[in-house]
Amino acid sequence: MKTLKTAASALALSLMASVATAEGKLSIYHWFEYIPQELLDKFAAEYDVEVTLDTYDSNEALLAALKAGKLGQYDVAVPGDYMVEILGNEGMLDTFTDDEMPNKGNILPQWADVSFDPGRKSSIPYQWGSTSFSVNRDVYSGNIQTTDIIFNPPEELKGKINVLDTAGETLTFASLHLGIPQCSTDREQLKALNDLVQNAKANWASFGSDVAKDVLVSGDAAAGMIWNGFGMKAREEGANIEYAYPDQGYIVWMDNVVLLKDAPNRDNALKFMNFLLEPENAAAVTNYARYTAGVAGVEPFLDEALKTAPELNPPAGGNPQFVQACPEEVQKVYDTIWTNLKK
Amino acid sequence: MAGLGPTGGRAARTYAGRGPLLILPAWVIIGIFLVLPILIMATYSFLTKEFRGGVIWEPTLAAYDQFFFDRGLFGDEQPKIEWTYILIFWRSIWQAGLATLLCLLIGFPTAWFIATRPAHSRTVWLFLITVPYWVNLLIRTISMKFLIRDNGPMNQWLLNAGLIDEPIHIINTNLAVQLGLFYSYLPFMVLPIYAAVERYNFALSEAAADLYASRWVTLTQVIIPVVKPGIIAGCILVFVPSLGAFLAPDLLGGAKNFMIGSLIEEQFKGAAGNWPFGAAAAMILLSMVLIVLIVYARNQDRESA
Repeated sequence: MKTLKTAASALALSLMASVATAEGKLSIYHWFEYIPQELLDKFAAEYDVEVTLDTYDSNEALLAALKAGKLGQYDVAVPGDYMVEILGNEGMLDTFTDDEMPNKGNILPQWADVSFDPGRKSSIPYQWGSTSFSVNRDVYSGNIQTTDIIFNPPEELKGKINVLDTAGETLTFASLHLGIPQCSTDREQLKALNDLVQNAKANWASFGSDVAKDVLVSGDAAAGMIWNGFGMKAREEGANIEYAYPDQGYIVWMDNVVLLKDAPNRDNALKFMNFLLEPENAAAVTNYARYTAGVAGVEPFLDEALKTAPELNPPAGGNPQFVQACPEEVQKVYDTIWTNLKK
Repeated sequence: MAGLGPTGGRAARTYAGRGPLLILPAWVIIGIFLVLPILIMATYSFLTKEFRGGVIWEPTLAAYDQFFFDRGLFGDEQPKIEWTYILIFWRSIWQAGLATLLCLLIGFPTAWFIATRPAHSRTVWLFLITVPYWVNLLIRTISMKFLIRDNGPMNQWLLNAGLIDEPIHIINTNLAVQLGLFYSYLPFMVLPIYAAVERYNFALSEAAADLYASRWVTLTQVIIPVVKPGIIAGCILVFVPSLGAFLAPDLLGGAKNFMIGSLIEEQFKGAAGNWPFGAAAAMILLSMVLIVLIVYARNQDRESA
């Protein structure tokens, strides 16, 4: 009996101890390779907070983890635009007031009120960019401003193409190629989409998202779908590649830091989000990840190379499109198309 | 397979009647880490899919229906037999089977070689076999990718040596997957066979030779029957993890085709978010492996009886 009491009081003590230290903690759920360690260290030192970071590799993986019981373990996450809307509809986001986010005014006007989070009640901009493809200019010197490069490639590129291993982005890109609306319910259009990717697959070498940069740098792929900043990194690592803005269109996206529901350290989460809205800190992320911040006043802190990089300066006009979250009946067809493609 | 329990008189007396108590920790561990997860998985496979992951607590056979019946792109055609998932399973079984065969062909002579060395150098050989496996599987698989790519060291060396005129294209093919599986699981074949060969009484080979058995007959009629438990253990240890492997198919095969492992992963992590279907596919895989193991155990019992 005595030992039981001792054990119980020890347990109580340790519980109290963990509550006491938990005040100085922050738990982040983030994409891979997307925030510099120095910035996390800076936040930890400035606010005396112990920061932990776990990573995921797609918006869907984030949703799956939160659904499988991770909600309540993390304070903030960084979903893309359409996923902010989904998380919001699933009731997984907390809201904050303007008073709780003093730097909210730093958000650039075009990102201050967005359709996926009207009035920015749960999210702040992290970085935005585009999804298109890069082509190795040593291998192919012709016109690359067309989605034919991926879906109807010239002889030089056949069998040397990597596509992103996520149904959402690759099928959206295929829809742009066909000129059909996203989430189309038209049967003929969906059949055409199915046929297109089925036929194009013969020319593809691999499916890969986290390796999208590596295959271009190593030469395993001569053309590959890629996010613009990742493509810039690949170019800076020595690949002679050019990022394309195809006439048919390309995907734009914005990643956002969201305040998760039941965040164990809500105060620190707000401090962290406010910290990321400081121009200097937003610029540090941009310098690292090679995308574009959604915060005003970052220019003085940016690397010189970013100002002229073709990956970050899309030509005027063009046809940038956000990925839409499709309704269930369309998503079901997309799943079938994707499984057919990889069977 | 089941142990006969303590046979020594004193031990039997000491532990008399406490058997159930002593086995309790094992049962708790098996219960919590094996039986419970399988029960959860089985339950989920019979629940209704919730859009974007998760389940609704209404029982249905929809997941199994999806596995076995093809209702067309829009899900409203007359059901036909669904070949997609059978094809994916067959591909995995074929790859795993081939990897097992390759491991056996290389692993058996290797194990034999090590077991026939003097005792002190055996330790060194075994040590050498295990050294590469101190490194994480992911890192070894990526290293393999670096080695075999079109402009990687292997092709460079062959080109420089004048043995080939253009690079051998291995990366992103089934051959690369095979190579990855074979390399990943080779020690699981070598070590059990080594353990069996080490106990082999070489006087049996001599006796066979005295009775005019050829080398081939000695191998097939004497050696293999004796070390068979080691061979079968090795085959199971290679085949089962190869069946669910997804690192090699993803990294070396270019993720072009689903294997069982990546198909299941996609149901939980991918856009499909179809947990009941992922659970059902896992249950079907589990049942298949169980059936094979039960048939094997039956045969063993019959042979030893």
